[in-house]
Amino acid sequence: MATNGIGAAVRRREDYRFLTGGGTYTDDIDRPGQVYAAFVRSPHAHARIKGVDKASALKVKGVVAVLTGADVAADKIGGLPCGWLIHSKDGSPMKEPPHPILAADRVRYVGDALAVVIADSLAAAKDGAQALKVDYQPLPAVASIAAAERAGAQTVHDDVPGNQCYDWHLGDKAAVDAAFAKAAHVTKLDIVNNRLIPNAMEPRAAIGEFDRATDSYTLYTTTQNPHVIRLLMCAFVLQLPESKVRVVAPDVGGGFGSKIFHYAEEAVLTWAAKKIGKPIKWTSDRAEAFLTDAHGRDHVTKAELALDKSGKFLAMRVATKANMGAYLSTFASSVPTYLYATLLAGQYTTPVIYAEVKSVFTNTTPVDAYRGAGRPEATYVVERLVEMAARELKIDPAEIRRRNFITQFPYQTPVALAYDTGNYEATLGEALKVADYAGYAKRRDASKAKGKLRGVGFACYIEACGIAPSAVAGALGARAGLYETATVRFHPTGTVTVLTGSHAHGQGHETTFAQVVAEKLGVAYEAVEIVHGDTGRIPFGMGTYGSRSLAVGGTALAKACDKIVAKGKKVAAHLLEAAETDIEFKNGKFSVAGTDKGVGIGEVAFACYVPHKFPIDKVEPGLEESAFYDPANFTFPAGSYICEVEVDADTGTVEIQSFVACDDFGNIVNPLIVEGQVHGGLTQGIGQALTEGCVYAADGQLLSGSFMDYAMPRADHVPSYKVSTKVTPCTHNALGVKGCGEAGAIGAPAALMNAITDALAPLGVRDFQMPATPLRVWQAIQAARGSKLAAD
Amino acid sequence: MYDFAYHKPTNLADAAKLIGAKKDGRLLAGGQTLLPTMKQRLAQPSDLVDLAGVAELRGIKAEGGGVTVGAMTTHYAAHTSPELRKAIKALAKLAGGIGDPAVRNRGTLGGSIANADPAADYPAALVGLGATVNTNQRKIAADDFFKGLFETALKPGEIVLSVSFPAPKRAAYRKFANPASRYAIVGVFVAETANGVRVAVTGAGPKVFRATALEQALAKKFAPESLAGASVPAAGLNSDLHASAEYRAHLIGVMAKRAVAAALK
Repeated sequence: MATNGIGAAVRRREDYRFLTGGGTYTDDIDRPGQVYAAFVRSPHAHARIKGVDKASALKVKGVVAVLTGADVAADKIGGLPCGWLIHSKDGSPMKEPPHPILAADRVRYVGDALAVVIADSLAAAKDGAQALKVDYQPLPAVASIAAAERAGAQTVHDDVPGNQCYDWHLGDKAAVDAAFAKAAHVTKLDIVNNRLIPNAMEPRAAIGEFDRATDSYTLYTTTQNPHVIRLLMCAFVLQLPESKVRVVAPDVGGGFGSKIFHYAEEAVLTWAAKKIGKPIKWTSDRAEAFLTDAHGRDHVTKAELALDKSGKFLAMRVATKANMGAYLSTFASSVPTYLYATLLAGQYTTPVIYAEVKSVFTNTTPVDAYRGAGRPEATYVVERLVEMAARELKIDPAEIRRRNFITQFPYQTPVALAYDTGNYEATLGEALKVADYAGYAKRRDASKAKGKLRGVGFACYIEACGIAPSAVAGALGARAGLYETATVRFHPTGTVTVLTGSHAHGQGHETTFAQVVAEKLGVAYEAVEIVHGDTGRIPFGMGTYGSRSLAVGGTALAKACDKIVAKGKKVAAHLLEAAETDIEFKNGKFSVAGTDKGVGIGEVAFACYVPHKFPIDKVEPGLEESAFYDPANFTFPAGSYICEVEVDADTGTVEIQSFVACDDFGNIVNPLIVEGQVHGGLTQGIGQALTEGCVYAADGQLLSGSFMDYAMPRADHVPSYKVSTKVTPCTHNALGVKGCGEAGAIGAPAALMNAITDALAPLGVRDFQMPATPLRVWQAIQAARGSKLAAD
Repeated sequence: MYDFAYHKPTNLADAAKLIGAKKDGRLLAGGQTLLPTMKQRLAQPSDLVDLAGVAELRGIKAEGGGVTVGAMTTHYAAHTSPELRKAIKALAKLAGGIGDPAVRNRGTLGGSIANADPAADYPAALVGLGATVNTNQRKIAADDFFKGLFETALKPGEIVLSVSFPAPKRAAYRKFANPASRYAIVGVFVAETANGVRVAVTGAGPKVFRATALEQALAKKFAPESLAGASVPAAGLNSDLHASAEYRAHLIGVMAKRAVAAALK
């Protein structure tokens, strides 16, 4: 291993600037002559806009301009596009109602923007936005899946009858029905996967700027994928040449998926910057973030598992309804379909699986990918079902999983995916050991002695990361390629700049990617600089989401490094007066096989830029190589989580006593960063299961609209995690890596809810829905007591 | 935030004069509720009269078997005051459990009780201990001070100077915190005082109240088991995202038992 190369627990180099206030976030950027925007947002969940009186805002001191949905329409600005086309069972395409960047005639959720007020100070912009008179005619609202599906329900979009976006399915229904008919046992569960509000630490922000001299635009924005934003905004919304638009995503303070999407504010500011001839800044406040950042999850599912009498899984049947919110956000349609139902095999050999998914529009904030995106929902279905089946059949939860583990790879699941590799017994075995599962009964008795109920829960998750082979994704409806790019640029004096199409917003790429280069090229880790987040500097990129950066972006980087070495060999052969085929490269040195003759890669780089002694007839000067990598398959990280809880039945309070995670992420570049990612993911998953609940009133008002009512997980909710890894390298990328960013959030909710329901089982509680707040736990206990009394 | 005028008087007389002269003026203590409300444009005072410079509102003084705490005493100062800890440990501990460190270092006793948030901690201590609120105009018994949701007996322009707490024989406070805001979903302050047992409940209703059924049960014997069978009816209690009225009624019983057990330790 090179010093600080692959496998080294290097401390994150970006943390110095983040922790000392040296980061440059979008809101830290000020442009000359900058003015400020405040968006006017609907206070109604659903209303017709009968009129907007611009003069009411324009007369406010400092207001420069007021632009409305009518202005957007007059300029023939396009709507926000959806990036994934889903076809219903009957072959019809999903409903894609227009998603205007400012609503002109109708607002469809609380927070839906209908105008922007631009002023020479933020306070004046806010005054103007408040002063703008809007004549609303409120309409009935549908704020939940059930309300949207009710017969005769108000439609969110006139041309979407029944509010149904699509009715999709996957799998062999007839085979599944036949297997259920023969099953010795069927376990059934009704599952709500609760809606979540992302709440990255940095709220969204953007600055739109237009340069009259060059007729070009710059958009600074809090995004996870600047090239994707540029592409979508130029091609679909503003109809601008990409060559005239630069999108910069500087330091971004967390995304968790919510900053993947192309948001209306980005297009509005870019468009308005030209109209008024000044750079315009907008920074969301937290209240605005609650209302307008795309939410996550929000599924309602009926799930069934058929088993034979030995506990072997025969079939799974899943019917899910997914809430899209008021409009289709960028990747909303793919989350409850191809990122969800394809994962329902989990780690098991369930031979046949059938899933149907109906998605509906409601008068709520749009819903899209959030850490895990579909895979947490799938894991929750599978792992809750499996554990419930174990309880019902009185089989140990570890044992029932072992009886059904996939052990032969590659493995083709009945739901489209082909797992390349894995070793589920290894991660489960390790987790059982670390958790001291053998000693559990003793701990349960000790808890009982102090008046607490103890429970243990498992989750053996799988996820599909490194999205994705472009051709496969395209065949399934994706409207984009999903490769990644890297450029490795040697400078004459031997330092290296890497331009990556991945984007870091907390993941530590500046460290890990430099480690990869140090390892591959034998240069000092400190000599490698990673550049990301600027379409003006990076050739192209698809960005960061779905735990894809190292598996796809890192592989592109490895390929670019290989090209550097290949060219370097030609140059070294010339310098060493040897045949190219005799040149070996190792630890930063090109040498002639079987001799002590050699030349360092730094000297080769120098020769490339000062080509005095150079094979100019064979190779060009310069040492810079680019690579695009389109993955051959998804990667399949997997692992086993074991959680132990204590429940105080008097108050309903759950305390997590221990949480053990053993993950298989393939090869690991930086174990310190991996551990941090697992901690963060677990905490987010625990947040979903324990504290976070987005609640809308029936009229579409967001009741959990601030941190006073929306409970993020806190340090005292989580235990000191025990994390470890097992390695089966990915078989189809150069680094053998799989991705680790989402695992914790995917596996934790099921493990925790399995543990809580295990603890409450002696009281007669079978199941209840997340989040397991004290109120819900107490109510579940009361309900069980009530039905027990009734039965007695 | 809307524009406003800011004043920082250095004595009580000036403060009283300033607040009396401003029609939409507000007194600023620690600002832990007022300032966030103003930032969200939910309040629009014309003037803020900052009490931070008024010396008469500071200090913690033990006297005559009780303790008097200045209105501008921060929660942190109350929590860490040796005098207060010695006189009424339960009160010092309560102060240490308000909000988070940032709130405790800015928020004040006077600001908290004048705001009369139905889920604030201090009102439970005032009512639970039978305290007296001293203002620049009069003395108000705690039982008469809290009138309703964010409503007190204070008249416009009246300034809280301090609160006098009689020392109880024993007392304790137990709070069940809202998982999001960490305000009390239910907070119960129990005290065995010279004038009998007092049980004050915050967080559960529109304002702090005394749970008389629990007081009667504890009057016979100040012990957790005395509360078996005693309860507070759910009718009239708050019901929201985090707790139903029934759950709150149940938690009052649980927290009361735990508070009594803690007081006896």
